Amino acid sequence: MTYKRNINKLPIIPKGAKEHNVTCNFCIVGCGYKAYTWGLNEVGGTAPGQNALGVNLGKQQEAMTSNWYSPSMYNIVKQNGEDVHVVIKPDANCVVNSGLGSIRGARMAEELHSTARFTQQQRLTEPMVWRYGQMQPTSWDDALDLVAKVTAQVIADQGEDGLFVSMFDHGGAGGGYENTWGTGKLYFGAMKIKNCRIHNRPAYNSEVHATRDMGVGELNNCYEDAELADTLVAIGNNALETQTNYFLNHWIPNLRGMTGDKKKAEMPNEEHPPARIVFVDPRRTVTINAAEIEAGKDRVLHLAINSGTDLALFNAWFTYIHDKGWTDSAFIKASTKDYDKAVTDNKMSLAEAAKITGLSIADIQKSAEWIAQPKKGGARRRTMFAYEKGLIWGNDNYRTNAAIVNVALATGNVGRPGGGCVRMGGHQEGYVRPDYPGGKPAPYIDKLLFEGKGGVHHIWACDHYKTTLNADKFKEMYRHRTDMVKNAMGSVPYGDRDGMVKAIAAAIKNGGLFSVDVDIVPSKIGQASHVWLPAATAGEMNLTSMNGERRLRLTERYMDPPGSAMPDCLIAARIANHLEKAFKALKMDKEAAKFKGFDWKTEEDAFMDGYHLNAGGGKFVTYDRLRAMGTNGVQEPATGFADGKLTGTKRLFADGKFNSKDGKATFFASAWRGLELADKVAEKKKFPFLINNGRVNQVWQSAYLDQQETFVTDRIPYAFIQMNPADMKGLGISAGDLVEVYNENGATQAMAYPTPTARPKQTFMLFGFPNGVAGNVVSAGVNELVIPNYKQTWGNIRKIAAAPANARATSFKSWEYKV
Amino acid sequence: MKRCDKQIDAGRRWFLSGAGVAAAGAAAIAISPGARADTPAPATVYPANRLGNLADIKVGSPFQVNYPDADSPGVLLKLGEKVAGGVGPDGDIVGFTTMCPHKGFPLSFNAEDKTLNCPGHYSVFDCENGGQQVWGHATQNLPQYALSVDSKGDIYANGVDELIYGRLSNVLKG
Repeated sequence: MTYKRNINKLPIIPKGAKEHNVTCNFCIVGCGYKAYTWGLNEVGGTAPGQNALGVNLGKQQEAMTSNWYSPSMYNIVKQNGEDVHVVIKPDANCVVNSGLGSIRGARMAEELHSTARFTQQQRLTEPMVWRYGQMQPTSWDDALDLVAKVTAQVIADQGEDGLFVSMFDHGGAGGGYENTWGTGKLYFGAMKIKNCRIHNRPAYNSEVHATRDMGVGELNNCYEDAELADTLVAIGNNALETQTNYFLNHWIPNLRGMTGDKKKAEMPNEEHPPARIVFVDPRRTVTINAAEIEAGKDRVLHLAINSGTDLALFNAWFTYIHDKGWTDSAFIKASTKDYDKAVTDNKMSLAEAAKITGLSIADIQKSAEWIAQPKKGGARRRTMFAYEKGLIWGNDNYRTNAAIVNVALATGNVGRPGGGCVRMGGHQEGYVRPDYPGGKPAPYIDKLLFEGKGGVHHIWACDHYKTTLNADKFKEMYRHRTDMVKNAMGSVPYGDRDGMVKAIAAAIKNGGLFSVDVDIVPSKIGQASHVWLPAATAGEMNLTSMNGERRLRLTERYMDPPGSAMPDCLIAARIANHLEKAFKALKMDKEAAKFKGFDWKTEEDAFMDGYHLNAGGGKFVTYDRLRAMGTNGVQEPATGFADGKLTGTKRLFADGKFNSKDGKATFFASAWRGLELADKVAEKKKFPFLINNGRVNQVWQSAYLDQQETFVTDRIPYAFIQMNPADMKGLGISAGDLVEVYNENGATQAMAYPTPTARPKQTFMLFGFPNGVAGNVVSAGVNELVIPNYKQTWGNIRKIAAAPANARATSFKSWEYKV
Repeated sequence: MKRCDKQIDAGRRWFLSGAGVAAAGAAAIAISPGARADTPAPATVYPANRLGNLADIKVGSPFQVNYPDADSPGVLLKLGEKVAGGVGPDGDIVGFTTMCPHKGFPLSFNAEDKTLNCPGHYSVFDCENGGQQVWGHATQNLPQYALSVDSKGDIYANGVDELIYGRLSNVLKG
């Protein structure tokens, strides 16, 4: 039976409850929420004067009310050591979400650590070390001493290149400005660690290098632009599921024709035809379905391209728009360079593109018209381009990214209302660090680890076992190297610290790897680690991040971290303090002297040392000022502080000046060259099924919290793979059966989900799920800047077991809303 | 609040335009105004309300009801095939709230898929599987009625298994 909470009543927030600003922990959109906390024995009433909402709660509230909260928005947590009620509900006054809550964010409260209600009991509460053959709790001093002594010994033996680091670079939970600075100051400031990677890719690099190299920062517009555009172009993104409230609150109103007044007010003297939308995606998504419902099928164009051929399509757009003279020549002249070269190098006819992409010439032409054909009266069409993982994790990342920016620049759609050429984003952003000391391309960390390089590995909120490429082989190697150290640790009594460090160092010299995992829960890769350090997350600490329109907010601390967990920035500082001692003990005084400036006591200390002193506009920003800006915050970069308010930047490049020495954006040559990676070409020839992969609405990231949410696991007990029903029949597979997806990279497991809209031989598998890792079958191939290609994966599929009971209990109906 | 109102208006206008609810068999139930003036203390004892009779319920024809009170619209459905939690001689009668547990928009019945669908933000709930959210934004599955049938064929609701949208106590009045 379907999971039900059987909760028929919730405590009412009393008048006088404490109110805290919260930005959602999870996706890039960063919806505004308010957390209310109050004493366990305080009781709110239904009368307006008895509750914090000031309304009569004794009657039915209307649709879209802000005066209701669901059971998932409620919990009991510790605050200053005492149990308190907490409600975290969407904030109707936040311009990002206007009171909407997604299926992820609206469960923030239920996903808090609660000893009273037994939620998220998986959270790490104490440091843990490998002792007597298993992970055992220990004190911070003990754990940090072991980490520092082993790390210092490895650096003494191998230099700083012997320290490998995997660390978040994003905002939101498991990141944020305080924590990127804390870790960044440790590894790039005090030390100069080159052997470093990020949570979802095997090197320390940008996912969108090309646009940055062209001078066009990737988060250049504002969410309002989606309300103002004549045409929206969605490339390899699925906004209804992965940037939910951005889509619902800003794209949909435009597609519904409800933003006409705003268009007239902000952009007078031009026609405002009903908005259109173009989707570039091999797969039909629920986002496309929603757009068709709202705009009508005649204003939605789904270009279901052959997987990995986006670049050919973009170059065809570029060529056709140039040939038609639909470019913004004044803008090109004033603000860009190398246009003519790009026109020559990127030439692609409609017919060639049709052959490569599998689209009709007519559809390519139509989409180009929707993008750039001048409006009645001759006004330039305002088009917003939004791309995400379909492009980023797709074939030929660098050139494809460049090709779409070429189209946006050519049509004058950067820095203007209703325009923008942006990534949609995954996590929020929150990056402030000293410069990365490595080169470009950065070292391919997984490859080096395979080759036996590195002696110690510090992991910060990354779980390669679930979210990397070539994951099957990575796990095998990683287990082998870390087991060597575990065996060595078992040979020495734990209390003999010098003996222990010597035994570990000896195992490392023989090819072993010492692994330290900093996380909020025991991760999959943590199973191989020797030390776990428990981190605090947003709300357990004050945390700042910015969203996809550069909106910076402060999430205020509203509860205690579980046990003795600490913010990552303070863990980094304490590691630095212990490294200083460890190097002194090794009589390496020069090394020891590097670790000054880590005397932070609070996350605010780290914020002031990092963001305030180092981020663009940071000098205007303090916690107090951000607190006063509430859930709307300020759009980065901040430009000043006046009358008690921070001022910011609505759009980047509005003055036509770009991020380059001469202020001009550069068009890039980005000719089509087929599938960039040879191993993908071979894989495509050999295996019949495209194993496309990505996210789903219900699950945040790698399900690190959702794996303990019955509401989620009841619906998605296993990573699903959506398959065309005829393909399933041909393989003797029924709904819910567990299948093996396999190729020469490895094998993984998924639950078959019949999907009539899936094209034959094109599947879609949930990415990053704990009990079925899509990355197992993704090849080790990367582009010239070490960006992986998850999307173009081909494999075979076979049934391995009939649907287990929990799979049989789920629905296998269509996800699409139908009238 | 202005933008929030805009969303409400958007949903209502779209809803009233008929695209989501004009389909045959749709259980379109407008949100009741909720005119109670007093503010009683919430009660937790569910009323046992007669919602209809077996003779009223036909396969494919949603039967509109209200439960636990007049301000809380719902539906009885005869699905034609026995389902878990179903009552009646064929074990195929189920009852659900029709206010979407995401944002309270009125759900409509899709007879082909046997789902209740939300015109506000496209959520879909499976009537044959305890109201499981097939896809959507709600953080709970669709509240389902605990039903019973007496010897006269009268169908009663005796409780609800999730919190109903827009109220912090399913039973507003004791």
